[in-house]
Amino acid sequence: MMELLQTLEQTGQNLLGPLWLPLWTLIKIVVIVAPIMGSVAYLTLAERKILGFMQVRPGPNRVGYWGLLQPLADGIKLLLKEIIIPSSANKFLFVAAPVLALMPALAAWAVVPFGDGMELANVNAGLLYILAMTSLGVYGIIIAGWASNSKYAFLGALRSAAQIISYELAMGFALVCVLLAAQSMNLGDIVRGQSHGYGLLGWYFIPLFPMFVVYFIAGVAETNRAPFDLAEDEATIVAGFHTEYSGMGFALFFLAEYANMILIAALSSVMFLGGWLPPINIAPFNMIPGLFWMLGKMSFMLFLFLWFRATFPRYRYDQLMRLGWKVFIPLTLVWLVVVAAWMQTPLWLW
Amino acid sequence: MTYLSTLVPAYAEIFLLVMVCAILIVDLFVTDPNRIVTYLLVQLTLLGCALITVSTYQPGVVHLFHNTFVDDMMSDVLKLLSYLAMSMALVYSRHYLMARGLFTGEFMVLALFALLGMMVMISASHFISLYIGLELLSLSLYAMVALQRDSAVATEAAMKYFILGALASGLLLYGMSMLYGATGSLDVNAISAAISHGVENKQLLTFGLVFIVAGLAFKLGAVPFHMWVPDVYHGAPTAMTLIIGSAPKLAAFAFVMRLLVESMQPLMMHWSGMLAILAVLSMALGNISAIAQTNLKRMFAYSTIAHMGFLLLGVLSGNIDGYSSAMFYAVVYVLMSLGGFGMIMLLSRAGFEADNLDDFKGLNQRSPWLAFIMLLLMFSMAGVPPTVGFYAKFSVLQAAVNAGHIPLVVMAVLFSLIGAFYYLRIVKLMYFDAPESHVPISMQPDSSVLISFNGLAVLLLGILPGNLMAVCAVSVQQSLLLH
Amino acid sequence: MISFETIVFYLLAALSVFAAVRVITARNPVHAALFLVLAFCGMAGIWLLLEAEFLAMTLILVYVGAVMVLFLFVVMMLDIDLVQLREGFWRWFPFGVALAAVMVFEMVWVLGNNRTAETGTALVKHDADYSNVKELGRLIYTDYVFPFELAAVLLLIAIVAAIALTLRRRKDSKTQNVAQQVAVKRADRIRIVKVPAEKRGE
Repeated sequence: MMELLQTLEQTGQNLLGPLWLPLWTLIKIVVIVAPIMGSVAYLTLAERKILGFMQVRPGPNRVGYWGLLQPLADGIKLLLKEIIIPSSANKFLFVAAPVLALMPALAAWAVVPFGDGMELANVNAGLLYILAMTSLGVYGIIIAGWASNSKYAFLGALRSAAQIISYELAMGFALVCVLLAAQSMNLGDIVRGQSHGYGLLGWYFIPLFPMFVVYFIAGVAETNRAPFDLAEDEATIVAGFHTEYSGMGFALFFLAEYANMILIAALSSVMFLGGWLPPINIAPFNMIPGLFWMLGKMSFMLFLFLWFRATFPRYRYDQLMRLGWKVFIPLTLVWLVVVAAWMQTPLWLW
Repeated sequence: MTYLSTLVPAYAEIFLLVMVCAILIVDLFVTDPNRIVTYLLVQLTLLGCALITVSTYQPGVVHLFHNTFVDDMMSDVLKLLSYLAMSMALVYSRHYLMARGLFTGEFMVLALFALLGMMVMISASHFISLYIGLELLSLSLYAMVALQRDSAVATEAAMKYFILGALASGLLLYGMSMLYGATGSLDVNAISAAISHGVENKQLLTFGLVFIVAGLAFKLGAVPFHMWVPDVYHGAPTAMTLIIGSAPKLAAFAFVMRLLVESMQPLMMHWSGMLAILAVLSMALGNISAIAQTNLKRMFAYSTIAHMGFLLLGVLSGNIDGYSSAMFYAVVYVLMSLGGFGMIMLLSRAGFEADNLDDFKGLNQRSPWLAFIMLLLMFSMAGVPPTVGFYAKFSVLQAAVNAGHIPLVVMAVLFSLIGAFYYLRIVKLMYFDAPESHVPISMQPDSSVLISFNGLAVLLLGILPGNLMAVCAVSVQQSLLLH
Repeated sequence: MISFETIVFYLLAALSVFAAVRVITARNPVHAALFLVLAFCGMAGIWLLLEAEFLAMTLILVYVGAVMVLFLFVVMMLDIDLVQLREGFWRWFPFGVALAAVMVFEMVWVLGNNRTAETGTALVKHDADYSNVKELGRLIYTDYVFPFELAAVLLLIAIVAAIALTLRRRKDSKTQNVAQQVAVKRADRIRIVKVPAEKRGE
């Protein structure tokens, strides 16, 4: 496999010269983005199926065998629907907002390693890059809310902006703990830092367990998922920031939300669950390619997202803010100090 | 030598910071009627700082923290005086603030933070620490002005102070960045060395200098960058005005010294011209506008502008005499300003501000002693001979004459003659007019004793200025020559 | 030949300048804020070209991701009357133009000087594994530890000031005490009453 890639690169280099690098990068981007889009589509199906099973009902099962063509049907429906722009909306921003929401959700994938060396860009400050990109996602939402010129959309946008900023802090601090443990901001190095243990005992979720929990919950809040989906709280503000969107505009927001979910799942696998590493480093397990372990871990984290949605009732806004500011941020700060002190002792085994 | 013992010159700052944090926590457990506990702790902290500064005194110049911090005699003297000024300001403000429900832990903590900022400014030898010290001071002051949230005037004052202060910081930073571009360093001594070695890009240097002087003028409140001073002095609660108008002027003097004199001495011919314009304009506008004021706080604000003009006059003379007389002037100004605002607060009571000229009518009949103290303070501000204000003005003028700035000196004398009018008007109101109100003055023992000392100090220093002047001269000399 | 980096630099610089100009010329304050975001992004790009990736990322993370969002948050909620804002415009216009002219003149005088361009030294290139995060960290905790600690104090002041200025204990506020809510027991909320069965009325 690796040799094949190398010969491919070599021939490309010989054929196209300096133009090869952009082309090769483009190919890699497509190879990353296309499966993500596919996963988003089937994640929606998985969500409906899993919710269905948890609520003892079959879920979608009409389109295709076992409902497998349902995402396709949904996609076509959204594509063909009319795009309605409210009369007093700010047209340019109204159209730009969904793009702004989707762009950072996809851009962040550039540094995520799917296997050893399998990443688009090996960036030293990868962790910072991820934080920077995810922090941009809020613009799509806030601009959508404002440009729609609708009270519901605006309220949703404000809620979401405040929520995302609050949880970003906790998320950032949780990641700083990882940085501390791995002593690197390169995501590949972070995974490699978890390899010198006995399989899953070497993963960071053990010493950083509270941070793992905080990171994941903050991730749920960052992506506006239940039980923190106050930005689109249908009971009080219709559909929040995307109330006024229809057709593809709505679809892009949808894509962004799910792409963000998958991203959070991927990141928590990389940071805390050893990325592409097998859980037990012996024969049958380390035969399987790292990519599959990575995908397996991501699927597990995604399942948690869906499980949360089926299980927990929605938070009230003040409870949400309280959790973010008064529980998570102090907790992460304390744990940061604990980890820093712990690392100075011989008891630090990671 | 362990690392900790190398930090000796910065012990006062460290102690202050630790104490502020401790007070911040202690204050959480103190209820409003017992706020005096916090107050006493603050005063004890100031005393502790003073003891530490005195006991860690060592002759010579010591650089610390990779040349970002300097400890010399000038910094020690100015720090000691800042502690004293802050402590006096707090004594004066206690009852005033209590009557207005502003006697909170935050006020005192912010005051200490402001003091920390001043200390950092006073002993900074790096543009970054200078700037951060300035911001520590300014940020605390902005917040203190705004503390009286229900007063629209105070909020407006805070807003103006904040916005113009931020603008000034921007100018200052811009200038500093240009200086960095021209000299390749932010270290005061390195910059001075680089300039005297000759810099390739002279224009960039002068350009940076212009911005720095403009930023400084903003912070000092010199004309034409003075717009915020009257509004802030007037709008802020008098206790905050007192804090703005007293100790920070010492820090401002140190700031000017470090920024212009220590790092840009070779460029003196450039900046002394700019300072001359600022000084003349300040003295003119300050003294003339003050005549038209009926509000004492506003009047003091304009008088501050005029006094800053005098201070700049001392600095621009550009020799040891000039600097030491400017330092002397700053110290004296702080003493007078403490007394002046202290008097306003002493005469005020719950729901009443004694900040109009009319409130001082016939003060002699209501309280001859306070009237006498006020007379001393006013004489000193006007520069009437037996008081220290005369000597301060005299020494600044003398230094300027020696440096050959005769036209400037003539103008300064003229404008201070004009200025004498409005100070003496208050004396006339106190002694020759009938009082408008006969409400007895509630004499708080602590502040009335202090104001007596304050007033007498103005007289005593005027008769015997030698010691203070000598201290100023020696400290300026030491810190400039030993670099 | 113009290198690829030069082209990117000029693109980003043009973007930043354009955005910066639009910040002050945009009529709508929300647009102005968004242009400021764009300007930040352009500057971050330029910093990346200078291999200052830590600063670039931090600019995006802190200013674009947090500060400007809060800024937008406030601006969007303001009801700004543009007509009223523009009222004194023409009265101050000549003054502003005069000041701007002086500034431009000075700028041209200083920066138009040919020697300025030559004094700039070439950028030192580093290896791929050079981490300027590490270098910054080392400097902050050694050479600049004093200003760095003071910057922390500055933040502490900001916190104290913000809390002192905004925290009001309103008497009519209906905030819940979460601890109390969590500690509640069934017996506090529900009272089971035995209602005697009644006979159907005749």
